[in-house]
Amino acid sequence: MKIEEILTMSTDFREDNQIKSFTFGHGKKAACIVGAMRGNEYQQLYICSQLIRTLTRLEEKGAIVSGKEIMVIPSLNGHSINIGKKYWGMDNSDINRQFPGNPHGEATSRIAARVLEVVSAYDYGIQFPSFYLEGEFIPHIRMMETGKESSSLANLFGMPYVVISEPRAFDGSTLNYNLQMRGTNAFSVYTSTTSSIEENLAGQAVSAVLRFLTRMGIIRYQLHPGYIATVLEESELISVKSTASGVLHKTCAINQEVERGELLAEILHPYDGSVIAEIHSPFDGIVFFANTEPMAFQNSAVFKLIKKLHA
Amino acid sequence: MLSAFLRVMAMIETVVTVKLPVDETLRIKKNRLTPNEIQGNEKRLAVVTGLHGDEVGGQYVCYELIRRIKQDYDSLRGIVDVYPALNPLGLDTAKRESPFTDIDINTCFPGNDNGSIDEYVAAQILEDIKGAEVCIDVHSSSIFLKEQPQVRINDDNVEEMLPFARSMNADLVWIHPSSTVKEGSLAYALNEIGVKTMVIEAGVALQIYYEYCDQLIEGIFALMKKMGIWVGEIRQPKEPVIVDDSNIAFMNCETSGTFIAQAEHGTFVKKGDVIGRVVKVITGAVEEVLTAPCDGVVFSLRAYPVVEEGSLIARIVKSDFQSETAFTTIPEPTKGGADL
Repeated sequence: MKIEEILTMSTDFREDNQIKSFTFGHGKKAACIVGAMRGNEYQQLYICSQLIRTLTRLEEKGAIVSGKEIMVIPSLNGHSINIGKKYWGMDNSDINRQFPGNPHGEATSRIAARVLEVVSAYDYGIQFPSFYLEGEFIPHIRMMETGKESSSLANLFGMPYVVISEPRAFDGSTLNYNLQMRGTNAFSVYTSTTSSIEENLAGQAVSAVLRFLTRMGIIRYQLHPGYIATVLEESELISVKSTASGVLHKTCAINQEVERGELLAEILHPYDGSVIAEIHSPFDGIVFFANTEPMAFQNSAVFKLIKKLHA
Repeated sequence: MLSAFLRVMAMIETVVTVKLPVDETLRIKKNRLTPNEIQGNEKRLAVVTGLHGDEVGGQYVCYELIRRIKQDYDSLRGIVDVYPALNPLGLDTAKRESPFTDIDINTCFPGNDNGSIDEYVAAQILEDIKGAEVCIDVHSSSIFLKEQPQVRINDDNVEEMLPFARSMNADLVWIHPSSTVKEGSLAYALNEIGVKTMVIEAGVALQIYYEYCDQLIEGIFALMKKMGIWVGEIRQPKEPVIVDDSNIAFMNCETSGTFIAQAEHGTFVKKGDVIGRVVKVITGAVEEVLTAPCDGVVFSLRAYPVVEEGSLIARIVKSDFQSETAFTTIPEPTKGGADL
């Protein structure tokens, strides 16, 4: 394992923000894995730490395929993790909205430019991002529909779902999109949580990456083959909104099958606890996403469901 | 009787409401100012501000705009919709982003009826402005940079926008590829649906630069005249300098520390002139001397003195663009905010 600083950013009142890379094997730049970009992405940081631990062991055993190189960048934004702030300390900018970046621009733009330069040299770019909505997901691989995505490659992670999404307004400034534009196959691995560490789910994410690296001939590793993924278009995830604001009391969990009309959540009055609204499933389906905020807002999505297709 | 009549002409409407969990409703409002006699085919101007809750210059602009129109209703020939607070929770808490989600609402457009609270609000705002002939989105920079009054327009529809931008009495029209007018922003989304939209930047966040605002208010009336919705007196708008990125020098620092400005905002500098210094306070040492890379006018200057590697210190319009109109017409650097 080789540890390098790929970028160091100085600030006046603190020590430098260092972005470190951990490299395994030598030769063709095969896969690069990027972890926490935001200061609340503890799960993403933890997954990378476990991946580095496993890859260290595999390298010692000679299980990195000769002529292949793997890089892991566990965090781009240690400064924000250290102060419990989601976005960049100085200006609240989001690194994952700065790509492709500018090496002569502001701090987060410089970080984006350097990281893109490093990661795009690899054949495969794997990122553990967090979703812009606070909540839990069924673990899945997400790819943007850029015309360059490959859902068959995404299937090799052995995760239960692959979601293909149309780029939204801000997606053009994300790492995933810009990697694809530069010819790197880019995959975003969503592992259910962000600001809390769920060890089982982290283990699942580590296994998914190791499975992919094995199947692409980058490492030698024996593990369970995982799932044959169901490939979904983002538009197949149907939002279910709350009609009222109040305390969110969910009566279902992610990955749960629900029937049409089934109660998914109650919205409680914040003072007297009475039920002021109910959220019911509009069809037979599976809960793919569930908001984890304690409060629900009127007209905001609380769940995303996959419509179940009956044979 | 007269005041009752005027109240009918200035109608405060609610654009979107979201009930909040505890005894409160988020309401985004607009004031619709209409002529005394409605024909049904009036052109509509939308003036919006407060998307970023820390930018307050637009509050004064909207207040003055409404006050002056109400003073001379007879001159109004079209509809003026004024949206003074598109991020009321941010304005109330002096926070740039949406306070609950920490997301910049100006990255959420066109919004989504089935998304987060920010996306829902964004979608409703867009729907309400839809159909306007022109929209002006008034901003006040950020806490980091002081900006001279400028119009930013999308590089996708320059031909259509430029005549309107020239009316705005701004010092500068910047044909702009940045996120201020790009995808995700209100301006970009409105232009996509046929509403000719300009972004105005002037001053610094958290303060009102009255002189800059007054300059832009004159521009709004000149624009209204150009649109044919105002027949009252206007001041002839100044001819702005029109630039794109290639005409602007960006100065970012390469060290961190405290920035001490030497150049004055809005003044000419010559290549090699000192713009300012980055100093390390604890050692008393100068870390970096920033000098102008070209002759020109400093139209953006660092306002927040703490800087990190990469912080934007200044933008200079290269002097090639001073020949006809330029900043020679600009008065002394404006004092505003706390100084007024």
